Amino acid sequence: MRNRIVVSIQAIGNRTIDSIWRLGAASRFFVWVLLKSTTSFLRFGLVVREIYFVGVLSLIIILVSGLFVGMVLGLQGYETLQKYGSESAVGTLVALSLVRELGPVMAALLFASRAGSAITAEIGLMKATNQLAAMGMMAVDPIARVVAPRFWAGVISMPLLAAMFSVMGVFGGYLVAVVFIGVDNGSFWSQMQNAVDFRYDIVNGVIKSCFFGVAVTAIAVFEGFDAPPTAEGVSGATTRTVVTSSLVILGLDFVLTSFMFRGVS
Amino acid sequence: MLQVTENLMADNLIEIKNLAFSYGTRPILNNVNMAMSRGKVIAVMGGSGSGKTTLLRLIGGEIKPSAGYVKVSDQIVHHLSRDELFKLRRKMGMLFQFGALFTDISVFDNVAFQIREHTNLPESMIRDLVLMKLQAVGLRGACHLMPAELSGGMARRVALARSIALDPMLVMYDEPFTGLDPISLSVIGNLIRRLTDALGMISIVVTHDVQESLKIVDYVYFLADGVIAAQGTPQEVKSSVAPFVHQFVHGEEDGPVPFHYPAQPYQKDLALESFVA
Repeated sequence: MRNRIVVSIQAIGNRTIDSIWRLGAASRFFVWVLLKSTTSFLRFGLVVREIYFVGVLSLIIILVSGLFVGMVLGLQGYETLQKYGSESAVGTLVALSLVRELGPVMAALLFASRAGSAITAEIGLMKATNQLAAMGMMAVDPIARVVAPRFWAGVISMPLLAAMFSVMGVFGGYLVAVVFIGVDNGSFWSQMQNAVDFRYDIVNGVIKSCFFGVAVTAIAVFEGFDAPPTAEGVSGATTRTVVTSSLVILGLDFVLTSFMFRGVS
Repeated sequence: MLQVTENLMADNLIEIKNLAFSYGTRPILNNVNMAMSRGKVIAVMGGSGSGKTTLLRLIGGEIKPSAGYVKVSDQIVHHLSRDELFKLRRKMGMLFQFGALFTDISVFDNVAFQIREHTNLPESMIRDLVLMKLQAVGLRGACHLMPAELSGGMARRVALARSIALDPMLVMYDEPFTGLDPISLSVIGNLIRRLTDALGMISIVVTHDVQESLKIVDYVYFLADGVIAAQGTPQEVKSSVAPFVHQFVHGEEDGPVPFHYPAQPYQKDLALESFVA
């Protein structure tokens, strides 16, 4: 009995040490990527190529999801607001929900699933098939040549994708509220314009999406680079990217929102 | 054990001294000593898991030894900083066991990769260089294909062209003959020989193909259980009566090299002990 308790405590200790060690390795790797980013900026074509893969190819899922989320917001918002006779405020509800929260968060979650997993799988497979080792043997640093361009492509793409998500969401809300239900067009847009503050709402939303972009791509490139060079290793790393990124996005969203919260007036 | 020939010791570009390496507590190489000079093709042979690929990784500075050293061009590889190591690697080429071609770019771009990364040559000259390298391995016509469209043997030939793209002073070939048809095998063997002679470089060939490699190499090292079990020129190897060399060269099942991985008696595993008794 005593032995089993000791073994359990040892297992917990080992897992804790392992997690802290991994966190340290990830931090060191992140600093290393930043230090090796000069190539990415000197040869910006490498980043542009990756922006195509992680950004442009994610557009469809981002735009379609944004449209549907906006349409649902329009429907739900109208149903609630009409009880109080303020259905013309549906535009405000849709816009504020999107630019403050849903745009950055949903776009980041979709980005982690679509682009983050792809980055991890690609780097992991490059490692498993010795492509990274071959690059190193050719005196080309894989962190500078493979990892850093993908990282910066993700960081640049994320705020743009979040903005596109919000724009499509507002359009979706407009379609449902104004075109299908018949809310007044003028009040839909004017109330939205009055309520949405550029600095407080839009800029804060962009700041959030920048943080999410750094977090998701940093996790994705680290998991890929750290993946055991086997089929199971790469699949496990891909899963970890999506799960860890999603949790980090939601946790980070709360932290950032609490910093941006203006308090109860 | 056969003796190292005197002339091979002169003008050593690579010197390996008391080299040892282990993965955790599992020893892979122990007290390995080698000397390799310019213009020579050196074969490293041994059974699976004998430490051949690990030896190449140590020479390339991918991993660090637990004891001893590898000296390339009078520089101890594991003492070099990352920048110094990369500078040294510009003079090295390596053919990986499964080619390790970059799968997102074409055959042409794979061969051109290193030239583009390390030189400022105009694209027209790069094109000529790449086509010359691909012509040497017989794949000039395949320059537009993607790696996924190549057979295993073709991929290895492209990888060979890529490894010699910058005419290095040292090329390491990890199983260059695997998966090649008899014609390609002979052509590639001769290509390694001719390149080594023409460029005055060193070729280290890790291979299981005894007959083909003995035609082209100058010297052979046999690794077994992480140590050099035998060494000598191809003539010395062919005429050797040492049990290990004889078994390996003639591919015999019985000899000092066990075919089976250590295990408990077969009868015991099949629960046939009572019948045997």
